[in-house]
Amino acid sequence: MTVTSPLTPRRTQTLDARAIRADFPVLNQKVNGKPLAFLDSAASSQKPLAVIEAMSEYYRTTHANVHRGVYALSERATEMYENARKKVARFVGAKSSREIVFTRNATESINLVAQAWGRANLKPGDEVLLTEMEHHSNIVPWQLIAKETGAKVRYLPVDGQGLLQLDGLDALLSERTKIVAFTQMSNMLGTITPAAEIVRRAKAAGALTLIDGAQGIPHLPTNVQELGCDFMAFSGHKMCGPTGIGVLYGRRELLEAMPPFLSGGDMIRRVTFEGAEWNELPWKFEAGTPAIAEAVGLGAAVDYLSGLGMDAVRAHERELIAYALERLAEVPSVTLYGPTDPDWRGGVATFNLGEVHPHDVASVLDSEGIAIRAGHHCAMPLHQKFGLTATSRASFYIYSLPEEIDRLVEALYKAKSIYARA
Amino acid sequence: MENILDHYENPRNKGVFDDPDISHEEDNPVCGDHIRLDLKVDDGIITDARFSGRGCSISQASASMLTEEIKGRPLDEVKHWGKEKVLDMLGIPIGPVRMKCALLSLKVLKAGAYGIHGWPGEDEEDS
Repeated sequence: MTVTSPLTPRRTQTLDARAIRADFPVLNQKVNGKPLAFLDSAASSQKPLAVIEAMSEYYRTTHANVHRGVYALSERATEMYENARKKVARFVGAKSSREIVFTRNATESINLVAQAWGRANLKPGDEVLLTEMEHHSNIVPWQLIAKETGAKVRYLPVDGQGLLQLDGLDALLSERTKIVAFTQMSNMLGTITPAAEIVRRAKAAGALTLIDGAQGIPHLPTNVQELGCDFMAFSGHKMCGPTGIGVLYGRRELLEAMPPFLSGGDMIRRVTFEGAEWNELPWKFEAGTPAIAEAVGLGAAVDYLSGLGMDAVRAHERELIAYALERLAEVPSVTLYGPTDPDWRGGVATFNLGEVHPHDVASVLDSEGIAIRAGHHCAMPLHQKFGLTATSRASFYIYSLPEEIDRLVEALYKAKSIYARA
Repeated sequence: MENILDHYENPRNKGVFDDPDISHEEDNPVCGDHIRLDLKVDDGIITDARFSGRGCSISQASASMLTEEIKGRPLDEVKHWGKEKVLDMLGIPIGPVRMKCALLSLKVLKAGAYGIHGWPGEDEEDS
């Protein structure tokens, strides 16, 4: 008889969300007297026991600083840390684990590229092409470096459906375009972008590409070599991993040529009073003691997701969003935003309930034990484009159930009965 | 909660003055709440008040209640009001996230009453 420990991921063809829920202790609780329905995974996902146990185990048995000590604990810690890097490299299809840089989160990964690559490569007159559906984390770092270098930031427009206006892409691309940075999936509208197509056209114009995979990597099967992108940024905490660790994938030649981002210990080969030589990849970009336990946790998260299979994850969420869009459309005075075709839509349902402020909607839902996000979701320019100040957003993950969508709809009727303007 | 909903659906003193003695407005960028407060002041006493703006029920109701509360009060007195005043007025527990919504009108009132430059800041209101 084989015993399945929480550290051994289950192998299944399709997702059994009900069984998966048993792996997430936090979901098993009542909020305001009602069973918790956690519908805010786009902001941060919950953590399976496999991740919690892996981090706890690391601290209980192994912790020491990495890359330094000539003793057993440090060697083991180093091995665990570097093993996590290999797991992440395999998970996203990188050619080598040297192309995987650990950062704090997707935001820091994008800042790394904007600062290290951007400062060395952008000149006055150059252009950085973004899209109108970017999260603030893929806008502000580029605005800052553009101001510093004299480069210009331009935006590929979004249509009323929440789809990128690809027809306009070629006209925006020119020899001035040095990098195209865009999201794999919009955190506000749930739009899945045609990433491979955008990369292909950007490359043809001679531009580099950075994909913000913060929403994409946790939910969509992704292979960076198949996409052909130059950089991919994502966060651990949205994909069952801990907070405090993120990833920058970068093509090796590019990372080799880039100057460091942060500097200090661990990122150098040799230091004299006059100067320093940089360490090899990827450590050149990892100054100071890294988030070791968090890397171990991310490695466990990647194992967990691989065990489920990312195709199954995507299929589950596609079903949920199709059901959610159908159910929410039944509620009078609900306005839905974003693409209606579930093939181009991740598990993110964004809506407004008449004139009721999203904070008021979220408060009523909270009283029913339902956790959603209300606000501008760090996409203020996109909200402005749609003439909105705020929206409500329910988002799903591997442990989300159709029944939770039913409860959401029921609670919206309750909100309608409380607020006359709904 | 009924009181808040009543003020939200039937706001008191909603509008602006053509010639306010004090007028000030602020946004809460996180949720898009906006409050403008106009005051008539005679001999240091607030004789009339109106508010306008948009936002959630908590932010708008607290502004509506505040306009009722400040009428007839000396400007120097309301300058020293703290967040307890607003929380008592609202009468329901306000969590940390909604605190900014609840206190936006007080922030506008105090910034306006002090004249923005003389105002010591919002630290005392922060939860």
